[in-house]
Order: sequence, then structure tokens, then C-alpha cells
Amino acid sequence: MTILAFDWGLVIEKLILIAVVVFGSLGIALYTTFGERKVAAILQDRPGPNRAGPFGLLQPLADGIKLIMKEEIIPTAANKWLFILGPGLAMTASLMTCAVIPWGSDIELFGRKIALQIADINIGILYVFAVVSMGVYGIMIGGWASNNKFSLMSSLRAASQAISYELAMGLALIALLMTTESLSLKTIVQQQVQGSWWNIVYQPLGFLLFFIAALAECNRTPFDLPEAENELNFGYHQEYSSMKLGFYLFAEYINMIMSSAIMASMYFGGYDLPFFDESTVAPNIAAMIGVGTLLIKIVLFIFLFMWIRWTIPRFRYDQLMNLGWKTMIPLALFNLLITGALILANS
Amino acid sequence: MSTVDILFYLLSAFAIVSATMVLISKNSIHSVLWLILVFFAISGHYILLNAQFLAIVNIIVYAGAIMVLFLFVIMLMNIKKDAEPQKQLLVKLTGVIAGGSLLTLLIAVVKQTIQIQGKQVLLKEGSIGLIHPLGKALFSDYVIPFEISSVLFLSAMVGAVIIGKK
Repeated sequence: MTILAFDWGLVIEKLILIAVVVFGSLGIALYTTFGERKVAAILQDRPGPNRAGPFGLLQPLADGIKLIMKEEIIPTAANKWLFILGPGLAMTASLMTCAVIPWGSDIELFGRKIALQIADINIGILYVFAVVSMGVYGIMIGGWASNNKFSLMSSLRAASQAISYELAMGLALIALLMTTESLSLKTIVQQQVQGSWWNIVYQPLGFLLFFIAALAECNRTPFDLPEAENELNFGYHQEYSSMKLGFYLFAEYINMIMSSAIMASMYFGGYDLPFFDESTVAPNIAAMIGVGTLLIKIVLFIFLFMWIRWTIPRFRYDQLMNLGWKTMIPLALFNLLITGALILANS
Repeated sequence: MSTVDILFYLLSAFAIVSATMVLISKNSIHSVLWLILVFFAISGHYILLNAQFLAIVNIIVYAGAIMVLFLFVIMLMNIKKDAEPQKQLLVKLTGVIAGGSLLTLLIAVVKQTIQIQGKQVLLKEGSIGLIHPLGKALFSDYVIPFEISSVLFLSAMVGAVIIGKK
């Protein structure tokens, strides 16, 4: 049987890794919703959720149970299949990003060298872009299938916003890729582990543009125009109820975690703990320290996302488009030219 | 049959079924969604040929950007299947005959091409589809066509901006 001539150990190892990463992100996303409410409460000087369990720690579970137990409504005028497909697609697309993120350095277990990354492909960062551009279909299909004009308007907004800011994001990224000369996230992180500086030092403007574009791609305030409830009632998920609505809301949090992980890996050294020589400890312990470092960086980024959300009001739609096309894209092009000139001057 | 063969047949079947569904779907939104699946199948073929860069760019540009704009237009135009004008039987028949002849011609031409006769497809090997060789080829051997096509894109962009300003 040549068909089954795989390295079965590798398959099992990857399956375990996928399960850990996917369920880990779902768990973190669950508690990000709790974190969001607590951060909002702190910023607005109120206690926040504190009834379910100690310090309100069981609140996400209560919310989850509530969402699952609620009545499932599919509007009669909706396109049934696409209505169901929409939230599934949004969730799948946001979880697929985790495949290329390097979570730590290699560990050794049962005599095997296991990479803490699901797939180290040589086009890693482009894969992220492809998945991000798929994510908008979940919103568009859901909005259209609801057969509600507010949902449709909102999903069209979401799509045009995503496309506009993807351009600025891509241009900001090209400048970084010119300095790293690789598209593999693993290589980019390892360059930062071995080199003396993180990429943020070389690309401060690029990072700022990337961060703003990431805010817009995740539909977070001040860019949450698709959910502008004063204009659009509730947004593209207006007709959704029960866990389908939960999937849309959850996908947003997973997107936030994944974009934090990408930003930490691209600009802030990934799993690199600063001022610490990983070669002084055993490889497995070094890998665990690396995973912990990356998780702390992710949590800090998520906090930044929340801090911005509860501080800055929402843009108007024309302001959003002006910022994207007339400020960020020219700045990204300028950044690209400067980076190119500096590389040319150094070579 | 190796794993690559199985994947090839699966992807081909997937592509052909999706492409057929593009044609026979009554709802134009469904057609667009099936077309996106066709692009995914083609990207799968690129990956089998070890052209990962091409595969992912195919998804980003076609499935990710162009098809979103298609969806945009169709959703805004709100095309209803009843309101669409039906063509006459004679016109439909003519279309089938013309399209079938074109298909036969294309297959005949491709089958007789000397460059591919007796050659095998390089599955899982070959590096021209990877980003480094592709970049080198584009900026050394094919630099003039590459630059000309970018001028073409630039002029299209300028045209779009001018039309948009009217």
C-alpha cells in the first residue's frame, strides 16, 4: 500500500498540535469576551460582570450556555443554506490563520523533534492574507442571505472596508518583507531571535499602519462601521440568533487573537523573550518560555485593542474611506520608498 | 496510485463539478460562490505542481478581491431569476454548437503542441512556482513584459479614477 506510506508520527503530532491550538484559541477567545467586559468596566469606573462564580469568572460559560439554549430562528425569506454557511465560514476563516503562526521553538518529545507550528510554508504571510480575504465572505454571505436591507448594507460596508484596508496592510507589510527577505513567519521570528533588534525598530511607521489596518480588518472600534447600530440597527448579523450570532461575535475575538499573534511575530520578536539567552536552558524549557512569552505579547495586544475600543468613538463612513485611501496608502508607499532607499544605501 | 494522483483526481472532479454548477445555477449569487470554489480547486492544482506562490496569489487576487467585487455588483443590482430575460431556443442552440466547437479546437491544439508532447508533468518538484525563482525570472528574463504590464495596470487605475471623478 503506497497510499498509506506517510510518516504517521508526523500526522498524529500535527493533529494534536491543531487540536491544542484550535481549542486553545477558542478558550482564550471565551475569556477575551470576559476580559473585554472587565476592561470596559474599569475604563468606565464600574464593577463589570461579578455575579457568576468568583470575580465573575464563570460569566463566559454562562453566556455560552445562554447562546446555545436560545431559540434558533431562520427567517422565512432568508436563503437557508447560505444563512447557515455564513457564520460557519466566518469562524473557519478566523481559525485557519493559526496554521502558520510559530508558537515556540522546537521541542523534543519521545526522541522526535516537534516544531510548535502547524505548517511552516514558505509563503506564510501571504497565506494569512488569503485567509483574511476569505473572512469577508462570511460577513457578505450572511448579510445577503438574511434578506434584510440593513444586513445587506452592513455587509457591503464590511467588504469595502476590508478591501480598502487590505491594500494599506499589504503595502505596510511589503516594506517589512524587503528587510526580512523571507515570507515564512518562522524565518522572520528566528531572524529576530538571533538578531539584536526586533523588526519594530526597523519599521515603526510600517507597524503603525499595519496595526491600524488590523483594527479595521477585525471590525473593531473606531472602525466598526459594519455594526454601527445607530445607522444600521444591529449590522450584518441582525437576523441571526442563538449560536449562529455567537459564531459571528466569537469569530471577531478569534480574529483579534490571531492578528495580535501575527503582529507579535512580525514586529515584536514572536516567542523571543528579550534579554534572555534561550541556549542556557534545556530546549523543552526554552520552548515553554517562548510559548509563554508569545501569549503575554498577545494578551498585551488584545488589551491595546480593548483600550482603543473603549476610548475612541467610531469614525463616520467617509472619514474611514478617506483615512484608508488618502492617508494610509500614501504613507505606506512613502514607507516603502524610504525602506527601499535605505536598503540600497546599505548594500 | 500515489497520494498525488488521488489528490489530482479529487481536485479535478471538484473543479469540474463546481464549474458546471457555475453554469447551471439559477441564482447568480450562487454562481459566484461556485466560481470561488473553482478558484480554490485550481489553487490546489498549483500546490500539487509545487507553485505555492501562484496558488496563494490566485486565492488572494481572484477568490479574495475580484470575486468580492463581483458579489458586490450582483448584490447591489439585486438580480432576480424571474426578471432575467430568457434567450430564444435558436440562440441557445447556436451558443452550444459554437462553444463545443471552440472546446474541440482547443483540445486538438493542446494535444498537438510539440512543446508538451511526450513530456510529463512535474508533480511535487520544480521550483519555478516558488517565490525566489519566480521573482528572479520576472525581474531578469521577463523584465520588459513585466514592466509593460505594470504600465497597463497603472493606466487602468488612472482611467478608473477619472471615470470615478465624473
